Amino acid sequence: MSSTHRRKERIDRGIKVRTDGLYALMSWRELSYLTVPRLVLILGILALPIVMPGMYWQKVITIVCIYAMLAIGFDFLAHYVGLVSLGGAFFIGTGGYIAAILNSSYGLPPLLTIPIATILGAAICTLLLLPCLPLRGVYFAIVTLMYPLVLARIIEALDVLGGTDGIMGVDSFASSWVEQYLAVTMVLIFLFGLRRLVNTDIGLVFRAVKDNDQAVRASGMNISYYKAVAVFIASAMGCLAGACLVHIYMWAGISLFALDFSIIPIAATVIGGGGTIVGPVLGCLILVPISELLREFGTLRIVFYSLILVGFIVFRSEGIMVFGERKYHQFQRWVRV
Amino acid sequence: MTSEIILEARELTKNFGGITALSRVSFSVNRGEVLGIIGPNGSGKTTLINCLTGFVRMSSGEVFFKGKNISNKPAHRIADMGLTRTFQIMRPYFSLPAYKNLVIPLFAPRARRTGGWRGGGKLGDRKTVSIDILEEIGFERDSFVPYKIASTLPTGYLKRLELARCLALKPEIILCDEVFSGLSMSEIASMVPLMERLQMEGITLVMIEHRLRELFQVANRIMVMNFGVKLFEGTPQEVMANEQVKKAYFGSEEVEEVMHYA
Ligand SMILES: Nc1ncnc2c1ncn2[C@@H]1O[C@H](COP(=O)(O)OP(=O)(O)O)[C@@H](O)[C@H]1O
Ligand SMILES: [Mg+2]
Repeated sequence: MSSTHRRKERIDRGIKVRTDGLYALMSWRELSYLTVPRLVLILGILALPIVMPGMYWQKVITIVCIYAMLAIGFDFLAHYVGLVSLGGAFFIGTGGYIAAILNSSYGLPPLLTIPIATILGAAICTLLLLPCLPLRGVYFAIVTLMYPLVLARIIEALDVLGGTDGIMGVDSFASSWVEQYLAVTMVLIFLFGLRRLVNTDIGLVFRAVKDNDQAVRASGMNISYYKAVAVFIASAMGCLAGACLVHIYMWAGISLFALDFSIIPIAATVIGGGGTIVGPVLGCLILVPISELLREFGTLRIVFYSLILVGFIVFRSEGIMVFGERKYHQFQRWVRV
Repeated sequence: MTSEIILEARELTKNFGGITALSRVSFSVNRGEVLGIIGPNGSGKTTLINCLTGFVRMSSGEVFFKGKNISNKPAHRIADMGLTRTFQIMRPYFSLPAYKNLVIPLFAPRARRTGGWRGGGKLGDRKTVSIDILEEIGFERDSFVPYKIASTLPTGYLKRLELARCLALKPEIILCDEVFSGLSMSEIASMVPLMERLQMEGITLVMIEHRLRELFQVANRIMVMNFGVKLFEGTPQEVMANEQVKKAYFGSEEVEEVMHYA
C-alpha cells in the first residue's frame, strides 16, 4: 500500500495566514480573498428570486428560505451550544399559529403579526423547553420532537384553533416579491448575524457550554441561562419562518407541526457542513428543490432522498462547506513518511 | 496571620449509593493561609472539593463561606461568591486558543464586577486582560503559546490554564485539585513560587497534592484524609511525626524521602 509511505499534508495558504490578522489587509488581492466569497454568496442569494423561471420555482426558493432559517438555528444549537434540537416543527407551528390567530382573529397585518409571532413564539418555545435544558444529547432531542406531536394531537382532539381544518383566510403578503425578498433577506441577516455572534464574547461562552459546561459553571456562569438565550435565538428564527409560511400559504393547520420541519434542517446541515452556519443554507438550496423535483415519485422520493443523504454521510461526511473552506484556505500535497 | 475563618465545613458527609466517600468531615480554612490536603487515592479529596463548590450535592453537613451558609447552593452561585476550584481532570475548552479560554471566565458576572475594567463586550478588552493573566501564570507573552489551541498544549500549561481560569474571577480562595500531578520535577519547581505568589497576593489556597515535599514547602497546615474521614490535622512537621498518619499513609517511599528533607 502506497499510503503507508506517504501521507497528505495540509498547509494554510499564505494569503489566509496574512488575512487572518486584522491589520494585514495590504492589497486588493488580500481584500478580495476575504470579500469575494461573501459577495458571491450575498448576490447569489439575492438574485435567486429573479433568475427563477416562473412562479412555481419562486415559491420553491421561498420554501428553501423557510427551511434555511430552521437549518441555521439547528446548526447554531448543535455545533455552538451543544443542544441537538429536533424542534423545527415546534418552532414553525408555534410561530405559524400565533401569526394566524393574530391575523384572522385580531386583524393585524403581516407587518405586525410576524414580529409579534417571532418574539412571543420564541418566548413560549423557550419557556416550554426550559425544564429540559439540563438534559443532554438525545434526551433534549426527544423532548423537542415530542412537543409538536403533542400539540398537533391536542389541536386535533380538542378541536381548538380550527381543529383539523386549521385557520383559513390568513392574509397573504402584498406581492410575491415582498414574500420572496422578505424570506431571502431574513436568511442573509440570520446567516451573517450568527456568524458574527459566535465569534463575540457571548458566542465564545456558548461554545464553551458545548465544549465543557462544568468549567463554565466553575467560572460562576449559569449554563441554563446561556442555553435558554441560545434556544430563544434559534426558536425566534424558527417562529419567524413559521409566521412567514402561514402568510404564504394563507392557512395554518396541524401540518405546520409536520416532521419534515424537524428532519430536513438536519439533513441539510449534514450535506452543507455542520458548524459553518453557511453550510446548512447551501444544504437547503440543494435538498429542498430536489425533494420538490422528486414530488411526482410520491413516497418513492424518500428512497432517492435517503440515498443522497447516505451518500453524503459515507463519502463526504464533513459536508460541502467544510470541504470547500478547506480547499479555499489550504492546499495539500503528498509527503513521504 | 489573621485568624478569620473564610471557609468552614461541618460534619460533611457524602454517600454514593452504598459507598461512603466522605464521613463527617469538619475543617476550616483561615483567610490567607495555604491548607494542604493529602491522602491516598480514593480517600475522598476530590469529592470534598466537589461538595464544597456545589458540583456534587452532599448527603448531610454544612458549608460556610465567609460566614454564609452555602450548603448545596448551585455551583455557579458559589463560584460567583469567589470560591473557585480547579479540576483534577483538566477541563480547558479544547477547541479554543489558550487566551480565548480566559475570555469566557472574564465574561462571567463576577469578573465583570471585580475586574475594574469596563467589559464592553468587545473581544479586544478581554483579550488583553486574558493575555496579562496568562503571562502572570507563566505563559510567555511574546511566544505563540497563548495563541495555541488548548488541545495542543502540554499538561504543564493546561494545569496553569486551570489556575488562570480561577484567577480571571479575582477569587478569594482557590481549591486546587492536584495541580502538580502529571508535571515533571522542573515544572513543579516552577509552580511552587507561583503558588507562593498567589498566597502573597492574598488568595487563600487549599491544595490537594501527592507531591509532599513541594506541598510542605508552601502549606501552612496539612489535613490528612483516609477512607473518607479526616485522619489528622496539623503543621507539616506534626503530620510527619504522627504515628497514626504514618500507619495509614507512610510506607510509601515518597514520604520516607520527604522525611529526610523536612
Ligand atoms: N460520581 C461518583 N459516583 C460514585 N462514586 C464516586 C463518585 N465520585 C467519587 N466516587 C467514589 O468516592 C470515593 C472517593 O473518590 P475521590 O473523591 O475521587 O478520591 P480522591 O480524590 O481522594 O482520589 C472513591 O471510592 C470513588 O470511587
Ligand atoms: Mg482526586
